[in-house]
Amino acid sequence: MFQVRFHGRGGQGVVTAAEVLSYAAFLEGKHAQAFPSFGSERTGAPVVSFCRIDDKEIRLREPILEPDALIVQDPTLIKAVDVFQGLRRDGYLLVNTTRSFADLHVADRVAAMPLGHARTVAASELAVKHIGRPLPNAALLGSFAALTGLVRIESVEAAIRHAFADKVGVGDANVAAARASYEALAATPAAA
Amino acid sequence: MLKQIEGSHAMAEGIALCRPEVICAYPITPQTHIVEGVGELVRTGDLKNCEFINVESEFAALSVAIGASAAGARAYTATSSQGLLFMAEAVYNAAGLGLPIVMTLGNRAIGAPINIWNDHSDAMSMSDAGWLQLFAETNQEAVDLHIQAFRLAEELSMPAMVCVDGFILTHAVERIDIPSQADVDAFLPPYEPVQVLDPADPITIGAMVGPDAFTEVRFLQHYKQNLALRLLPELAAEFKQRFGRDSGGLLRTYRADDAELLVVAMGSINGTIKDTIDEMRADGVRIGLVTLVAFRPFPAAALREHLVRAQNVVVVEKCISVGMGGPLANHVDLALRNTAGAPQVHSVIAGLGGRPVTRASLHKLFRRALVQPWEGAHFLDLDEKLVAKELHRARKVRRSGPTAENILRQLAQRAALPAAE
Repeated sequence: MFQVRFHGRGGQGVVTAAEVLSYAAFLEGKHAQAFPSFGSERTGAPVVSFCRIDDKEIRLREPILEPDALIVQDPTLIKAVDVFQGLRRDGYLLVNTTRSFADLHVADRVAAMPLGHARTVAASELAVKHIGRPLPNAALLGSFAALTGLVRIESVEAAIRHAFADKVGVGDANVAAARASYEALAATPAAA
Repeated sequence: MLKQIEGSHAMAEGIALCRPEVICAYPITPQTHIVEGVGELVRTGDLKNCEFINVESEFAALSVAIGASAAGARAYTATSSQGLLFMAEAVYNAAGLGLPIVMTLGNRAIGAPINIWNDHSDAMSMSDAGWLQLFAETNQEAVDLHIQAFRLAEELSMPAMVCVDGFILTHAVERIDIPSQADVDAFLPPYEPVQVLDPADPITIGAMVGPDAFTEVRFLQHYKQNLALRLLPELAAEFKQRFGRDSGGLLRTYRADDAELLVVAMGSINGTIKDTIDEMRADGVRIGLVTLVAFRPFPAAALREHLVRAQNVVVVEKCISVGMGGPLANHVDLALRNTAGAPQVHSVIAGLGGRPVTRASLHKLFRRALVQPWEGAHFLDLDEKLVAKELHRARKVRRSGPTAENILRQLAQRAALPAAE
């Protein structure tokens, strides 16, 4: 079983992101379970959501306590909450930022992770370019596919189209952001 | 058809497949997405011959369902928590009148203190009202139970409540098989009421009944629930034949055959318990599970059959009957009443107000039941330090203030202190 925890701020679509990832896994014939952190979320407040992916039925209903991967939508959360809590030693980290891990004061923490498992991506900038608004979800999921290989980029793209099926043009724009982000991460070396 | 879909929306689709003719509900978290879903299906025309009635309260919602059902319509509503309490009088009326309404209960704690998260307090508060009560373990089962509930309710002419863990199931997106309309139609025939208000053939429903007949009316209600003990397994078998899935029935077991320690639980917590059991089995512990689907009627005989073979029974439940303990544990005691060589029953209160129930805590709990069993109700993961501080404070000062706010203040203080404290 592979477990992903999403960190975002209320209004950034942290729940949608987990759902889209679960849908991508579903398209590949896997079992996936996406769920929110069950609160009365306020816009801007730190929120988390979860996604489990497995080849067999997922029965577990506890929150994800030891994630295999973290997706951080807003780098300022690193100061506000303990995003690393429970992260497995061989886990992955993806942060939406234009800054370096050193600038975010987590260089030591990242150095303890396997080489290439912690990456940054300018997801908001890619979103502005392709979607016209700083909504980082699609771009983050695209680079997540490149980082972990857990789901194929084609599945992520199909899941994004499914999520925005009733909004003309929005699906295409998000797919473009996901693809650009996927290619950007796949093309640059891990040390970048 | 397999879909990756939110539990609430899957239930909405399943309910629509049952062709309800009147739906009325009042929004309350965490049930809201379900009635929004069916409302949408009525609006788009996917659910035909159905009137969606917006009402001003939960009391009105169930009252409208009562009227619609008495007039011969297949009626559906849904609620949670305080919403169920607000309709309490109508809950008893629907059952007493013998009207086969189906209601989803998105299980949620009851205030005060106000809490929107999951536990089973709401379902338990109405367990004596005369409704059939079925608990879903998964979202797949939640969909399937609604289809069975309409059939069961209408065959017996009594209302049925499908209990679904709020948030944990209602808000989870996962793989769910949505049945075909043809299969549901074949399983669930059109509603043929045993009593109906018809201007062409007027009757009275809801007469005053005095001491000369009240006992008999109640006896027949109880008798019908006992019929459900036989009908539920039959329906589950028929359901499996048509849909290919084990859903519903009275109860299910998991790795129970040679178990010395049996866990009894209801609802979504069973999934986490099964994973825990697999891990403990790998360590050689002979532990198994009985998942109760039916709470009303309570399957005492079926439960006894499994429990008598164990030495220890741990009842894990998401409710506290304040001043007594765990109501489900009490029911399990009932199942073992006057049974020679009955196992020890250990009661556990867990997951109140949405507190996560983790494998780690369940591991400790089940091991403790074997080596250091307890008397009375054990509160899983109780913060004893927090409780002790508050008790101490309340002893020192007469005007100690409101408990909930005091506890919250303590938690805030603790969070601000250095970790060493």
